[in-house]
Amino acid sequence: MNAALIGIPLLTALLAALLPSDRMRPWLLPATALIHFGLTLKAVFFPEQTAFSKWLVLDPAARPVLLLISLLFLVISFYTVAYLRYRKERPNRVFCACLLSCLGTMSLVTWSNHLGVMWVAIETTALSTAPLIYFNHNPRSIEATWKYLLIGSVGIAMALLGSFFLAYASLHSGMEPSLLLNKLLLDAPTLSKPWLHAAFVLMLVGYGTKMGLAPMHTWKPDAYGAAPGAVGALLAGGVTSCAFLCILRIYHICQASGDGPYIAPILLFMGLLSMVMAGIFMVGQQDYKRMLAYSSVEHMGILIFGLGLGAPALFGTFLHLINNGLTKGVLFLSAANIHRSYDSTTTAVVRGALRRVPWSATLFLLGFFAITGSPPFGPFISEFSILNAGVSSGHFVSSGLFLLFLLVIFIGMGATVLNVVQGRAPENAPTTPYREGIATIAPPLILMLLVLLLGLCIPSPLCNLLRDAAHFLEVTP
Amino acid sequence: MNPLLNALLVLVLALNLFMLGTSRILTVIRMVTLQGILLGVMPLLVHEHAGLSAALASAAAIILKGIVIPFMFIRAMRDVQIKREVEPLIGFLPSMLLGALATGFALVFAAKLPLVGEHTTPLLVPASLSTMFIGFILLTTRAKAITQAMGYLVLENGIFLFGLMLVDAMPLIVELGVLLDVFVGIFIICIIVNHVNRAFSSLDTRRLATLKE
Repeated sequence: MNAALIGIPLLTALLAALLPSDRMRPWLLPATALIHFGLTLKAVFFPEQTAFSKWLVLDPAARPVLLLISLLFLVISFYTVAYLRYRKERPNRVFCACLLSCLGTMSLVTWSNHLGVMWVAIETTALSTAPLIYFNHNPRSIEATWKYLLIGSVGIAMALLGSFFLAYASLHSGMEPSLLLNKLLLDAPTLSKPWLHAAFVLMLVGYGTKMGLAPMHTWKPDAYGAAPGAVGALLAGGVTSCAFLCILRIYHICQASGDGPYIAPILLFMGLLSMVMAGIFMVGQQDYKRMLAYSSVEHMGILIFGLGLGAPALFGTFLHLINNGLTKGVLFLSAANIHRSYDSTTTAVVRGALRRVPWSATLFLLGFFAITGSPPFGPFISEFSILNAGVSSGHFVSSGLFLLFLLVIFIGMGATVLNVVQGRAPENAPTTPYREGIATIAPPLILMLLVLLLGLCIPSPLCNLLRDAAHFLEVTP
Repeated sequence: MNPLLNALLVLVLALNLFMLGTSRILTVIRMVTLQGILLGVMPLLVHEHAGLSAALASAAAIILKGIVIPFMFIRAMRDVQIKREVEPLIGFLPSMLLGALATGFALVFAAKLPLVGEHTTPLLVPASLSTMFIGFILLTTRAKAITQAMGYLVLENGIFLFGLMLVDAMPLIVELGVLLDVFVGIFIICIIVNHVNRAFSSLDTRRLATLKE
């Protein structure tokens, strides 16, 4: 039953690769996504059997991530069907197959209880997203894919070395070497410290590359800029969340070994560094898709910052993971509509979107307000909760910088977003056959409503889910 | 530990240096192949009583790193019709010296690492560190996309060497998964290499510089 969450998307990916019709194939995406979402709801909210084998366990920390990727994929799958109708000139066999296998391997990341399995899963996720970034087959997308593959592969190789170091840490203290998460958590207090510290740094760098933490973020603006909007949404909301889960694992092991004070300053520093780098590149940004990529760097920074604050901020961090994923969906999908309509991503050409594509531009603007932490949207609650935890735990300087960077980013991002939506389109702006329709508006609209809902009240099942996840990371087994 | 193991590791170290010293891409491919085969044999030597799973992992590594991946590299090289690495960021002789320096450093550094007693005598840890360094040097100083891809493979080889000490922690299925991922990664990279050549009329990755701030 639970293996179906991983197996079904991989099977339909195979089916998509075999199906001959370019017109029918995209419908496999929503069909698979619906089944996956149904199974996810059952696995997350009514967990009867959470362990499929000793390698595959869905623990409380992974449940919110699985819920997020399944929900996001569901919305994106419907959008993709509409998107591919506008791109009839490009064959979509590889695109659909890779999207589906990406869903399967992302699910495997959430289920894996063995750090080796987790590594294989996240590397496969990265490999299956490379052809997605390459979808447009132009020099820009080749360059982006090349950088994505090379930087990503080297980064993930560091994570593998980190996993080996972790196993060596248990070998060094005279135990049977193992990469099973449960066993590592139990053995954590006796792990050899030097090897554990080296493993933590390598895994933070490795999975941080996948997440897009500064200074390993350089592939991100290129990849998000060149990829179709739906892929950008999946990368920024789904794949990065999976990479964050991987960092949560090593964080958990370090906490359990009593190394919390050692890792907290590193995490705080990395978080703030990502925020400041994102802020620097966002001010005066001419390309609104690259701007979204820097916004993603910023929010990865916020998540790591939250992790650095430790136990008091964990609930807020998990909430922010959900909020960021959903809001990134709104932003990338509405930006994709604007891109379709203008056939350009620079603010030199793209102006006055509110007149040309009023729905998409409104959603883009609302998404901007949401992601920068304006009330009454979800990210406001989660960012405030992280800030609150920072101040109440005595991190005054870090929290002050956190607030300052949020303000800088609000101003920088706002300038670009307002350029896009306001004013009039220049005379020479290209026109395209794209017209707004329910199929391309409903997906981001639904996500926007969810973000609004999370800002007004958090449904109690979700609240319990996040509380369980935070609690799971606080206590050591 | 098997005495043959140290001899093979010395060979691996020598191959590393030769890789840095040559400009002919075909020669680099051959050395990476040989290194892959040597690495593939090692799981059988590390354990006194190598079982079926070690044999399987070893066979898979030899087939992929000794036959399939070199074949892909050679095809990619033929498709794009290049033979030599030109104008590396650091010249061939200086990079070889840098590699030798890195190897010396790896030997000194490994002696200082807190290792388990049985791992202090074989060259496993220094060879692993040195191979990773060499992979990084190839990745960062060479301009051709295909040589960078080989740098990635060498880096992966270095990590594989470290993993030899931890065979118990990595079940066979995971080990095969890692190998498969490396293979698929290089497969996609080889396809992209071909497209880079067509779109930019060159394999020089320094031309991939349109996307920047």
